[in-house]
Amino acid sequence: MFTPILILTAIGLFIAFAVAIIVRYFGMPEDPLKQQITDLMPGANCGGCGFAGCGAYATAMAEGKAKPGKCPSMNSENAAKIAELLGVTVEKSEPMVAIVCCSGDDNTASRNAFYNGVNNCRDAMQIDAGTKSCSYGCLGLGSCANACPFHAIEMTPQHLAVVHPELCTGCGKCVDTCPKNIIKLVPRSAKIHVFCSSPLRGAEKRKVCKSGCIGCQKCKKAAEEGQIEMNGSLAVINYENPPAAEIASQCPTHVLRSNETTPKKSKEETNE
Amino acid sequence: MGEIISLVVGAILVNNFVLSRILGICPFLGVSKKTSTALGMGGAVIFVMTLSGFVTSVINHLILIPYNIVYLQTIIFILVIAGLVQVVEILLQRFSPKLYHALGIYLPLITTNCAVLGSAIICTKENSSIITSVIFCFASAIGFALALLIFSSLREKLDLAKVPESFKGTPIALVTAGLLAMAFMGFAGLAG
Repeated sequence: MFTPILILTAIGLFIAFAVAIIVRYFGMPEDPLKQQITDLMPGANCGGCGFAGCGAYATAMAEGKAKPGKCPSMNSENAAKIAELLGVTVEKSEPMVAIVCCSGDDNTASRNAFYNGVNNCRDAMQIDAGTKSCSYGCLGLGSCANACPFHAIEMTPQHLAVVHPELCTGCGKCVDTCPKNIIKLVPRSAKIHVFCSSPLRGAEKRKVCKSGCIGCQKCKKAAEEGQIEMNGSLAVINYENPPAAEIASQCPTHVLRSNETTPKKSKEETNE
Repeated sequence: MGEIISLVVGAILVNNFVLSRILGICPFLGVSKKTSTALGMGGAVIFVMTLSGFVTSVINHLILIPYNIVYLQTIIFILVIAGLVQVVEILLQRFSPKLYHALGIYLPLITTNCAVLGSAIICTKENSSIITSVIFCFASAIGFALALLIFSSLREKLDLAKVPESFKGTPIALVTAGLLAMAFMGFAGLAG
């Protein structure tokens, strides 16, 4: 009865020792530079740099195939350290943050159908482009929140995705996930944003959503020249020259507002 | 000689691992987007499958059958194949970096490929000798590489074809794989 156990153990131990000996005598030593860079990476594997993960980006940097500074999640201190290791200067990139350009939650925006299919925006999109009456509206099923590696997107009880800027690193995963293409990456330094994506006429929007940009142009008049442009009936902020935060008080529908949120409750508290 | 030919033709065409036995579907769908990666994977599978066929049949004849523990074959073969692939990877990296880079990520991926384990278990089921097992495993791996190559060239053509929106990507790939498997059914009865 003990023979099979002994044989299996013996084979396992033999293979373990064989592999260990071969690694010891024939293994290639790991590039110390790559190891140092990997240690400085955030380890989130968000893919914001365009590589498969932190390890792949670190390898590419160590081999001189990529430049540092592409990681959206890294703080500037570590980025500087990596640049120093590689002997190059790091290109300062403007820190970005994601915003969901829609304000139409269940209280303000209407739906033209009841959906009880797969709980995923991309699947819901297959059926007549989702159930929101506004074709630019957040479907509220949380595909972006699931895609976010940093848990920075919260689904409100009224089914609207909200990005918490203090948790968001600007990796852009949610931007690729959203089937409505209403998530944008914007400079962190900009104070106010237009939380609506529909360029349709104000009256048409008003029929389906109480919290859309109605195109009154009050903000454009209050801001300096070139800071806010109109795309149809939608105010668009020029992020190269962002308007002052006070302009937000002009907006009658509160679509133009700050992206600050109440800090997200930790996972234990919400008991997700 | 005739026996060996029928064994080889049988393993490559009639009982093709992917298209008839439905083994190793994961790499079949995963790395068949480009012909170049399909060739890399095919090469790696041929290499590992032949080697593992030899090692597992030696273990089968020298350890499992004498001690009457053939029922442990699955777990022992997994252990051996995983260890073997690790060793091969380390040695290749050291002595043949060129081949190592050509096989790339596909080499460690094969550790968990069910076609490799499947070929080893089929050999022990038929109780074939060590030489027959090696030939069978080699031919099966050729069949796997062939299926992968055909499928990847089909998928490259599919990229240029006008596919209905809802069939784009994996759905049309699965439909194509089904048609390819049906085409391979035409080989049934060839070479006894």
